[in-house]
Amino acid sequence: LDDISTATAVPLAEGLFTWPSDAPRLLGSRCGECGTMTFPTHYGCPRCSSGAMSTVELGTRGTVWTWTTQEFRPPPPYAGPDEFEPYHVGYVELPGELIVETYLTGYEDRHPTIGDAVELTIVAFSGPSAGGDDVVTYAFGPVDPAGTA
Amino acid sequence: MSADVAIVGVGLHPFGRHPAKSAIQMGAAATRAALADAGVKWTDIQFAYGGSYEVDNPDSIVNQLGLTGIPFTNVYNGCATAASVLTQATNTIRLGEYDIGIAIGMDKHVPGAFTSDPTLYSLPSWYGEAGLFLTPKFFAEKIQRYMHDHGISTTTLARVAAKNYRNGSLNPDAFRRTPLSVEDILSSPMVNHPLTQYMFCAPDEGAAAVVVCRADRARELTDTPVYLRASEVRTRRIGAFEVHSPSVPLEREDSPTVHVSRAAYERAGLGPEDVDVIQLQDTDAGAEVYHLAENGFCEHGEQEALVADGVTEIGGPMPVNTDGGLIANGEPIGASGLRQIYELVKQLRGQAGDRQVPGEPRVGYAQLYGAPGTAGVSIVSR
Repeated sequence: LDDISTATAVPLAEGLFTWPSDAPRLLGSRCGECGTMTFPTHYGCPRCSSGAMSTVELGTRGTVWTWTTQEFRPPPPYAGPDEFEPYHVGYVELPGELIVETYLTGYEDRHPTIGDAVELTIVAFSGPSAGGDDVVTYAFGPVDPAGTA
Repeated sequence: MSADVAIVGVGLHPFGRHPAKSAIQMGAAATRAALADAGVKWTDIQFAYGGSYEVDNPDSIVNQLGLTGIPFTNVYNGCATAASVLTQATNTIRLGEYDIGIAIGMDKHVPGAFTSDPTLYSLPSWYGEAGLFLTPKFFAEKIQRYMHDHGISTTTLARVAAKNYRNGSLNPDAFRRTPLSVEDILSSPMVNHPLTQYMFCAPDEGAAAVVVCRADRARELTDTPVYLRASEVRTRRIGAFEVHSPSVPLEREDSPTVHVSRAAYERAGLGPEDVDVIQLQDTDAGAEVYHLAENGFCEHGEQEALVADGVTEIGGPMPVNTDGGLIANGEPIGASGLRQIYELVKQLRGQAGDRQVPGEPRVGYAQLYGAPGTAGVSIVSR
């Protein structure tokens, strides 16, 4: 979060993660009937059809479940930066919870490996928004990246 | 069980880029070809199903064919649209009210990855704004994990694509008819790691049509009927890793292809060992690899050796995508699955020309898969 102002940055979507916060958490849902978890929040349970979903804060550490690169600029409605740079994207398994799709950050000089230990971070997405604020989103990056141990 | 529905005519408007033609015009051309193949007139057709992604009303094809007043139902069901069209046409014959009808698929896509409004897929807007609402990315993520779990190499992906271009070069109707080497495919630009440009199919344009009739009337129309033994569609279950999924539960479930495949084998009374010609959804080379296992043709991981040994080549014991598949023909969504049926019928009749599978194949198998997690399987036999 070093480069991001929690005071002026706005999230890509409300309710996606706790914000503003110095220790943000992704927001998901847990079914009150069968315990199934979703990300993002859901109104209805995708397993048992119950409507008793409650919002929960998800864990911030997990492992890379799969990954790829995005080498071409996604077509609209993509709203990323004007200057497109290829990026890593994939799924991270949050132990005991679920597997979430996410940008994978901090892999500028290498590709991720399935099983890598990663943690949640908030990254600049694009900006400024229509309101003049920088837009931020969630990503996962290596735990204990080189140089900050 | 005995078959109750027969295919008595097939028609194709070649897939590719056709700037001067509308999807409807291509659909009408494929329909006329299928009618001629069956030896019947449009006025003989008692019902129709028309599938398309881009065309709101495929039934407006009647303006080109004749306004005969028949029930004509428009179908869109993602990448399984054409399988759904055929399933509906098959079931309509089974109901017993009609003797003969037609399934038509047509589409005309602009080049490049499919895009849409994620809220129309029960997804939040941010998923599209973040650039996550993309199918090529999903297929790369799925094969990346599959390669990790089952020891599949990138060389195998390239060999699958090379086979499909080679098969396409033998098919005068294919979109991409230039053979490409394994090296050409591996060195083409990376799109979504590990998938390169030439490992992907392209959304394109085209149409196909299939005339179906009561099996007990088929011999009145043709000496070479092909029987529809099964045509099934299934959607994803909770826990399957599917396209357009912001999250997946920890408890895994098989893909809809696995479930629809089992259902189709059961209805047909046949198993993978009975199949002589195979058409699989090769949105990308990786999809053909895991679809081989998901449809029961091998165990997970065996593809590495099967592909290297040429088992899936036209002359091999399990020929796959004999017309070049999606990789060589592209994907007009509404027509893609009927192109598969067209190819199987040609193969079972012995009319597939330079790409004919030797040994007089008797049973054909076609599988479709795509967004938002829908799969279809059809099984046909002589």
